Amino acid sequence: MKTLNFRIILFAFALIFGIVFSIPSLTQSESGKKITLGLDLQGGLHMLLGIKSDIAIESRIKSMAATTKYIFDDEEIIFDELRIVEHKEITFELLDKDDVVKAKALLKKELEGTVLSENGLKFTLKMTEEEIERTKANAISQAVDTIRNRLNEFGLAEPTVAKQGEDKILVEVPGIKTQADEQRIRELIARAAHLQLMAVDEDRAARVATMSENEAKSFGDIILPDVATSERYLLKQIPVLDGSMLTDAKVGFDQNNQPVINFSLNGQGAKIFGDFTAVSVGKRMAVVLDNKVYSAPNIRERIGGGNVQISGSFKIDEAHDLAIALRSGALLAPVYVMEKRSVGPSLGADSIRSSSLALVLGFIMVVIFMVLYYGMAGVVADVALIGNLFLILAIMSLFGATLTLPGMAGIVLTVGMAVDANVIITERIRELLYEGKSVPKAIEDGYNNAFTAILDANVTTLIAAVVLYVYGTGAIKGFALTMSIGILASMLTAIVGTHGIYQWLLPRINKNKLGFWFGIKTEGAK
Amino acid sequence: MEVFKYEKPLSLMSKSKRFGILSIVLLVISFGLIMTKGFNYGIDFAGGTLVQVKYEGKAPIKKIREAIAKDKHYESATVTFFGTEEEVVIRTKTSSQVLGEDVSDTVHDLLLDTGKFEIRRVDMVGAKVGSELREKGLMSLLLAIIGILIYVSFRFEWRFAVASVMALVHDVTIAMGAVVLFNIEVNLDTLAALLTILGYSLNDTIIVFDRIREGIRTIKNPDLGDIIDESVTRTLSRTTLTSLTTFFVVFTLWMFGGEIIHGFGFTLLVGIIVGTYSSIFVASPILMWLKFSVSDFREKEAAKLKREKEKEKMRAMYENGTI
Repeated sequence: MKTLNFRIILFAFALIFGIVFSIPSLTQSESGKKITLGLDLQGGLHMLLGIKSDIAIESRIKSMAATTKYIFDDEEIIFDELRIVEHKEITFELLDKDDVVKAKALLKKELEGTVLSENGLKFTLKMTEEEIERTKANAISQAVDTIRNRLNEFGLAEPTVAKQGEDKILVEVPGIKTQADEQRIRELIARAAHLQLMAVDEDRAARVATMSENEAKSFGDIILPDVATSERYLLKQIPVLDGSMLTDAKVGFDQNNQPVINFSLNGQGAKIFGDFTAVSVGKRMAVVLDNKVYSAPNIRERIGGGNVQISGSFKIDEAHDLAIALRSGALLAPVYVMEKRSVGPSLGADSIRSSSLALVLGFIMVVIFMVLYYGMAGVVADVALIGNLFLILAIMSLFGATLTLPGMAGIVLTVGMAVDANVIITERIRELLYEGKSVPKAIEDGYNNAFTAILDANVTTLIAAVVLYVYGTGAIKGFALTMSIGILASMLTAIVGTHGIYQWLLPRINKNKLGFWFGIKTEGAK
Repeated sequence: MEVFKYEKPLSLMSKSKRFGILSIVLLVISFGLIMTKGFNYGIDFAGGTLVQVKYEGKAPIKKIREAIAKDKHYESATVTFFGTEEEVVIRTKTSSQVLGEDVSDTVHDLLLDTGKFEIRRVDMVGAKVGSELREKGLMSLLLAIIGILIYVSFRFEWRFAVASVMALVHDVTIAMGAVVLFNIEVNLDTLAALLTILGYSLNDTIIVFDRIREGIRTIKNPDLGDIIDESVTRTLSRTTLTSLTTFFVVFTLWMFGGEIIHGFGFTLLVGIIVGTYSSIFVASPILMWLKFSVSDFREKEAAKLKREKEKEKMRAMYENGTI
């Protein structure tokens, strides 16, 4: 008498596998791979951000202008009328014909991806098309890195920051407890943290109150407001240096015990800063952050070492977040919200409760129904169903998959559909028993006859689920995932597993008790 | 227990006209509803903001409406109860792009005087994302149908594929009609429900078709109508039982699954009923109308078998060294 067969051994392994690997998820223990709950179940913030990549081009042009000014000054090339025209090109004029060759060579060396066109001694510097594309692409990937760094430094548990499509950024932050926390996180992400050190145009500064934006532009200047007061500053449009040369930023306190931010510059930045302060003694230099002037102290002497301080009337939290933003770098281009979903923790808990209730109730109904209708065959199907549930959980745990609310719905639906295979098989077996086949023959042929139907039906459903997974977004992906896993797992448990159980039970199946075993009347079967 | 005991084939095909008319009437009504009343697009597809607020005790909906209307931006906002009387949702068409400022903050401030409450959910979808999601959704429906057409053609025959796709278009259209009729908000999860119906309805149809395919091979009588009657009757028990178990779970999902997946559950519920009906009464008659010929199919199968046999023979001869 054969008691064990490969099918039941396979099923037993699957069951053990399922139980072992779903334990960490079910108990939510610390160790082991487990299913993470989606933001809609545990609460959190989900955002899809767009990026204004045109701004990245503008600031790249600005920084190119700053470089041009610096190298011309450094190499003592005499120039005039260095201007940024319409945010996309730089124009300047050389005063000495002998400098032309040298200037061209320098620009070519220092500024990659640009084309220089000349008209006598007037020059126009533009970015090439490839450079523009590259800058845009760079802005995205840099924004992803920067936002990730900021969230990590903020000390949040497992935030997700990923590029989505060509020009979008997905941000997911689980476990936000309060409205105020969420606000703080959004501001941290949004902060451009674009730091510039700019020279005050002392020659015309007195007239700033009456000067228009356009007039300032004609002098190559820009008017920026103070961060706290209504004061306005007239600044040279081309900055002395910007945040790209910053190496560290920390919160400190000044003599009045007010929070300040101390930052240090890298070697090149420190040199530029030193050179600039040396020639600008007695003038003012403005510390500009996100186009607002935080302070504009007088330069009393050359400042070496590259350590600078931003003071303003910061609150301590604000200073802390700002330092993080500065440390993790500026956003080359500002981001904006395209989609935002936030779920409070209490709603997530409610969702878990109600969907679990639906799962348990649905499960119990199906289990009882199968036993009532099919007798022992129903019990066999129910065993497979339980195996199926554990397998779904185990596979999801191993992949570290995310369980969302629609994902829960997917599992509930799988419970209803997974017994389908067993319904088909048992119906076939019943049919064959009525035709007068013996029990072993009826079981074997029943499985054979049912197989193509189950396979074709499952593959077509799987096609729909896979399309849903590929084209779905966010939570819908979760639904498609659990359903796909459920279908695949049910092929193992409902076809192979139950077949094995029947083969194992076969010697015990009494052909006079077909009512007990298959829920049909005994007469008619031989 | 047995409910559908097979005794003799039901004569379904002779009544197929009646079911055809019923289906066409349902389809026309659904189509009319979709065209005239149109979908009630939720924020996923239309863009806008949704704020779900829970109060301690009954939500003072009148006071909430007054409070919200104070802000010009929210004049067109709607406030409705959500599931229980303690919860309300506020929907507006506006969405804010600026990260720093947020609708939930504004709503929080506006509602301050209305009682003790907690903002539990804020969904905001920009108009551009909404239209993108809509395109993607439509695309996924189309792709799924194409994929299924190819697979079924490959496994059965093209008429089976066309018939099954027509049946599922029938089901999805009627489910959509119900969604419009009962004013269910169409969001991403409604779309997921429609795609599930697509898979489910097909699942049912395929089981019946599989039996017909088997019947064509084993039943001597070459009359397609009789074969279909026999096969549909044989699978009737399975079709009804599986639909019943699925119906149970979807029903519990709809009843107890919470307000957020209420629309999802409802759409599925309609889909399961229609899907079951169509796989019994609609899909197979389409095969008849498409003039599927049993004898042609048998000839083709026989020719295929013959070719395979010949191949085998050749291989055997080759292996024996006679070629």
